[in-house]
Amino acid sequence: MDDLMTVVDWSRWQFALTAMYHWLFVPLTLGLSVIVGIMETIYYRTRKEKWLALTKFWMTLFGINFAVGVATGIILEFEFGTNWSNYSWFVGDIFGAPLAIEGLLAFFMEATFIAIMFFGWKKVSPGFHLASTWLTALGASISALWILVANAWMQYPVGMEFDPAQMRNVMDDFWAVAFSPVAIHKFFHAVFDGWVLAAVFVIGVSAWMLMKQRRRQFAMDSIRIATWVGFIGMLLTLWTGDSSAVDVARVQPMKLAAMEGLYDGSRGQEIVAFGILDPSKERADDSDPYLFKIALPYGLSILANHDHESFVPGINDIIAGVSINADGDTINTVSYAERIAAGKRAHEALRAFDAAYAAADTAAMAAAKASLRDDYRFFGYGYLDSPDEAVPPVGVTFYSFHIMALAGGYLMLFFVIALAALYRWPSLWQRRWWQWVSILTIMVVWICSQAGWVTAEVGRQPWIIEGLMPTKAAVSAISSTAVQLTFWMFAILFTALLAAEVTIMLKQIRNGSKENHADTESDGQAY
Amino acid sequence: MSQNPASDHAKSPLRRLASIPERIVRFYVDGFRAMTVGRKLWLLIIIKLFILFFIFKLFFFPDILQRDYDTDGERADAVRRSLLTR
Repeated sequence: MDDLMTVVDWSRWQFALTAMYHWLFVPLTLGLSVIVGIMETIYYRTRKEKWLALTKFWMTLFGINFAVGVATGIILEFEFGTNWSNYSWFVGDIFGAPLAIEGLLAFFMEATFIAIMFFGWKKVSPGFHLASTWLTALGASISALWILVANAWMQYPVGMEFDPAQMRNVMDDFWAVAFSPVAIHKFFHAVFDGWVLAAVFVIGVSAWMLMKQRRRQFAMDSIRIATWVGFIGMLLTLWTGDSSAVDVARVQPMKLAAMEGLYDGSRGQEIVAFGILDPSKERADDSDPYLFKIALPYGLSILANHDHESFVPGINDIIAGVSINADGDTINTVSYAERIAAGKRAHEALRAFDAAYAAADTAAMAAAKASLRDDYRFFGYGYLDSPDEAVPPVGVTFYSFHIMALAGGYLMLFFVIALAALYRWPSLWQRRWWQWVSILTIMVVWICSQAGWVTAEVGRQPWIIEGLMPTKAAVSAISSTAVQLTFWMFAILFTALLAAEVTIMLKQIRNGSKENHADTESDGQAY
Repeated sequence: MSQNPASDHAKSPLRRLASIPERIVRFYVDGFRAMTVGRKLWLLIIIKLFILFFIFKLFFFPDILQRDYDTDGERADAVRRSLLTR
């Protein structure tokens, strides 16, 4: 058991490491492709050389990021087959289908049009080139869509039926999987987050140019486009984040409770804007979970249900299966004790099916399958010995959520000031302190983006598939030493890749920021 | 120069169609030749893909169920046993 838990922990760390490194590159690709598309569209309409120069400069940085980031996500698929073979088999074509579509359609779309973007300046018409740039951006977003559809299914499994003979969940409704609200909101939230991240990147790099007094007009034109993209992206990120919060309240209330460190819910529940948790807090004791907090009245009720008087359950309420409906009546949901009992019944039914399957007793197989179907939605709870095992790590979930939210609030303020500075106080862009703020905000936006994913993924623990499979049941029977070895290999490889990206990019930024830089080389390429 | 412009006109779409693969190859070859920063990036991509597919995938990341079992039925049995004993 100890070795199993070590394998679980190392496999989770490895997955987290690879996913987080992968996500360093992805949002910049998503957002920068849009910014480049806007700049090229302006060039197409005005035919002014300065917009061509801007397009080529940022397109080169997009190319560097794309080249370094491409295929870093494939490692996650390797890990499914090796570290997570039970999970990999159990999800069957539900996970396979979106990933296959992503590989076949979106990636090839991206790869084809990216070649035209970089090689086609003088070989295809300006209109076709512009279309290729936008199709590259679209391809990147479609890639993200299918990955996020797969991820959303793990948070909210729909559109399938479990077949105990195949030991797989078989997709019976593709559209329910592809268009589940969790998937759609998650997709748009991630894509708009990419717009914000890329906008901050462009503003930060441009602020550095201003600080070094290089290509000032070039930098200000970049800032103007990026500020609008970032501001609009920020509004849309907040909007989709709100929709995601409603989804979490509905389908993963335990995650929401952990995000807020909320043990005992109430009607008109406040939201903690800033807080420090008491690390000695135990679930069952009556002590205050916070050492310090600044809270906004009714905030969580509004966020979760768009109703300031609504009830938001805490961890203890969810475990006890208690909630309060819109009329104020106490209602019972399924308590965790009942879920665990139902999960264990589902395991017994699967065991009976296994025996009947071995004996080729079709009648007994059908009976066991029917029994399994009744309790299947609680299958994962059968692995738990106590309801406490179903509580995610509250500290990590709480702090990552609040870091994301505070950083998001800061970014909104940053874009408002940036916009005001563009039109009302242009001299602000020449102030060194604001240039430093703009440069350092690059770090904030990446931290914000990563913290969002930590909230989403740690907050859904112990589940790899919500309610159906805990992470401890999903791992393969392999040695922890093997996982540790590959963990460190990945850590070295990815750190080297990141160092390569930063080095090449900084060199390119330095070269591109020189006043006399030729944005067009001999055949018209900047790449 | 053709003596029959009408016949040339009829052939030209076919000829153009036949030359598409050649034009695509030339497009990429010319593009790669003209690259500057891109050469470094392609080298980086090739090294990365080599490490990922020929070292990591081959030696460190086997598909456990594909490697250990011959049929889907055996794989399903193995997963069922594993899930019932965790």
